[in-house]
Amino acid sequence: MSLPTTAALRVGLFSFIIIGLVSLVFHATKDKIAANKRQALLSQLQAVLPVTDYDNNLANDVMQQGIYTIYRARKAGKPVAAVIRTYTTQGYNGKIELLIAIHITGKIMGVRVLSHQETPGLGDKIELKKSDWILTFTHKSLHKDKLSQWRVKRDGGLFDQFTGATITPRAIVNQVKTTGLFFLQHQQTIFQ
Amino acid sequence: MAHQYSKILTNGLWHNNQALVALLGLCPLLAVSNTVTNSLGLGIATTITLVLSNGFIAASRHAILPAIRLPLFVLIIAGIVTGIELIMHAWFYQLYQSLGLFIPLIVTNCAIIGRAEVFASKNPILPSLLDGFAMGLGFSIALVLLGACREILSEGTLFAQSELLFGAIATHWKITLMPADAGVLLAALPAGAFITLGLLIALKNALELKKAVRHQSRNSQMHSSR
Repeated sequence: MSLPTTAALRVGLFSFIIIGLVSLVFHATKDKIAANKRQALLSQLQAVLPVTDYDNNLANDVMQQGIYTIYRARKAGKPVAAVIRTYTTQGYNGKIELLIAIHITGKIMGVRVLSHQETPGLGDKIELKKSDWILTFTHKSLHKDKLSQWRVKRDGGLFDQFTGATITPRAIVNQVKTTGLFFLQHQQTIFQ
Repeated sequence: MAHQYSKILTNGLWHNNQALVALLGLCPLLAVSNTVTNSLGLGIATTITLVLSNGFIAASRHAILPAIRLPLFVLIIAGIVTGIELIMHAWFYQLYQSLGLFIPLIVTNCAIIGRAEVFASKNPILPSLLDGFAMGLGFSIALVLLGACREILSEGTLFAQSELLFGAIATHWKITLMPADAGVLLAALPAGAFITLGLLIALKNALELKKAVRHQSRNSQMHSSR
């Protein structure tokens, strides 16, 4: 056999073996991976919205609208709240992914940062393991009388900024506010 | 035989340390070495990849034609790394989340294809496995040292979040050396990784130099006493 033919056959043989091995591992792990992903989602959802607040299958009652992934919480069939996954690019560096739980009355139930690349030591105080800042959103209302409070203190609002990092908290305050207003405005269609 | 094996070990750990001497695999090395836990996780994953790829390549070295060896190495290493990524995703999910992006990057670690080309494609299975292990261990030690320096400087802790790697028993392994606010931000940033690596390499060279000087002075003493 000529060299190119042998070479081609060898590449084919090795590809076949490697693909076989990888698919074996894939099949052995795929259920566990799916379970992990689901468990991670559930614990994220539970962190922002207490389980006792709803009785539907929150993780599966999901819809997508633009940059919002919306998990709808219902109790006895009636809308209770929504947990919305969204992001902002107004931070200091790249995307900040957020999970926001909002009651149908416009009250924030909880907010968490899922991922970010803000400056370590300055902007990363938005993580719960670094500081309690993200908890200041809990129970804040998006009622229209209180909208002017939705700013960082430097801009005359209610939320602390961090020393050396105003951009990061400002971005999050704005995104939580925008998301909340979006939810209040589109509640009817979201829960249809 | 035993002599050959100990040489493979010392090569991997010291004389030809992939991180400190060969300066290979710097991308994952610098990106992930911000804490001891991350360093250890990536070190273990890299070592396993090295051992498996060296073993696989040594076992099939007679079937690998020289003309197509590089694409085959890439194929084999990519397959192994994909397997490791899936396994970590399934059984070390938390660690997978913190190392996430960098696991596929192991494929681009030139140390692995380097060992395949220089060693595994020319040697029997057993020495190749040992070479992969020694090189991986040397790389991991450098990675953990770097991670320790950076974690102490930036966060003032050691072994933070080691439960991601070792499970619940490791929850209290975290050692706090100084208050977190006193940390040096630079050490946590990529630039700090470069500088710390430079200092580690300088330290290694200084040790070698000292040894060489001592060796030389002993030799000259022997000459003069004659």
